[in-house]
Amino acid sequence: MVSLLAEHGDDAKPLAGGQSLVPLLAMRLTRFEHIVDLNRVDELFGVTADNGGVRIAAMTRQAAVETDATVAHRVPLLHLATPHIGHFQIRNRGTIGGSVAHADPASEYPAVMLALDGTAEIASASGTREVPAAEFFESTFMTAVAPDELLVALRFSAWDQPAGFAFDEIARRSGDFALAGAAVGIGTDAAGRINRAAVGMLGVGPIPLRASSVEAALIGLAAADADPHEIGRLAADDMDPIGDVHASADYRRRAGSTLVGRILASALAQLTQEAGNG
Amino acid sequence: MADQVPLSMTVNGRTRRGMGEPRLTLADFLREQALCTGVHLGCEHGVCGSCTVLMDGEAVRSCLLFAVQAEGADITTVEGLAPDDETLHPVQEAFRDCHGLQCGFCTPGFVVSVAAFLEANPDPSDDEIRHGIAGNLCRCTGYQGIVAATRQAAAVLKGEGQ
Repeated sequence: MVSLLAEHGDDAKPLAGGQSLVPLLAMRLTRFEHIVDLNRVDELFGVTADNGGVRIAAMTRQAAVETDATVAHRVPLLHLATPHIGHFQIRNRGTIGGSVAHADPASEYPAVMLALDGTAEIASASGTREVPAAEFFESTFMTAVAPDELLVALRFSAWDQPAGFAFDEIARRSGDFALAGAAVGIGTDAAGRINRAAVGMLGVGPIPLRASSVEAALIGLAAADADPHEIGRLAADDMDPIGDVHASADYRRRAGSTLVGRILASALAQLTQEAGNG
Repeated sequence: MADQVPLSMTVNGRTRRGMGEPRLTLADFLREQALCTGVHLGCEHGVCGSCTVLMDGEAVRSCLLFAVQAEGADITTVEGLAPDDETLHPVQEAFRDCHGLQCGFCTPGFVVSVAAFLEANPDPSDDEIRHGIAGNLCRCTGYQGIVAATRQAAAVLKGEGQ
């Protein structure tokens, strides 16, 4: 596969699930001399437990991620985000690697990958390299993957501490592109003090963005005392939305930050519930 | 223009062979070579769901697959859901009973999607039904009849009778 990409460079495009690439081809928005179909490359499929986390091969279907027990247990945010991707017919073909490599700023997995500091395993004829999420998304639809390279897997580490996770998005209809959305993970020490916060946002910038102000405001607070709606408002400063026919930039900023507050509330509720049970 | 390549797959239980360019979509192969004209093409870019078929048992958009990708696959179109020419599939029966269609253009895609949806979720709530049919567009019915048809088909398939 990578030798085909090396040979044809810019003229070739790897085809994963085809749920974004094929519409672009159908509408003549792009064209390639060669399409390299990855759908029969067995080693690009599957989820493996890896060093306390998971390694998800790039061609693993979104439907498989949705139902995988290891993913649900070790990376709950991926499990929570997946049902928001398109429709079930789309998830039967769409892949995790395809989503991430396509890098649509409104898509779910890139925001989760960014929030959780996932890494991309990228192969070329000259070997394999790992790129952290923070360096992976360069601009809209542009990633660190060069034309002669292939995204082969994603790695996520599990959180080994009390934690709450939540994902949600605003879309006009079930399955539509999100106007705004966020993935949240909040972790605490044994005493219930927040020592880890991960907030990734989608649809509110040219690439997936972290809500750094929100993360900073959470650290050091007792989970039981944090006011999610107050803190969520800070997310407005971390966004860089554009307006379009679906929603103005201002709407995305306001609705998005309100949404971040709600998602924080949901993640915090899991933590306090957990503490109450323990 | 690329060379023609041989194509072979099972469509509704029968082996179908043909020839086509690698860029030929599965939807066009099914309509033009396998003559399954129940596969309807509405948008041809994965939005409307009219071309939904089962590929190895899973509902997929046949306009977003190339025919070469289905080499050796087992495809079921709306024509292949019912057991024989005299009988309707319970989902088809329910669409007729509940006015789940008007012009009928979107219907094959809905029927295939709903059959797959009920296979995975035999006892859905109304909310789950609405999410389950969200991947198919209907411009006539307003969806109420389709929701009712899905509810009826679920009951029939579970063996609760009409």
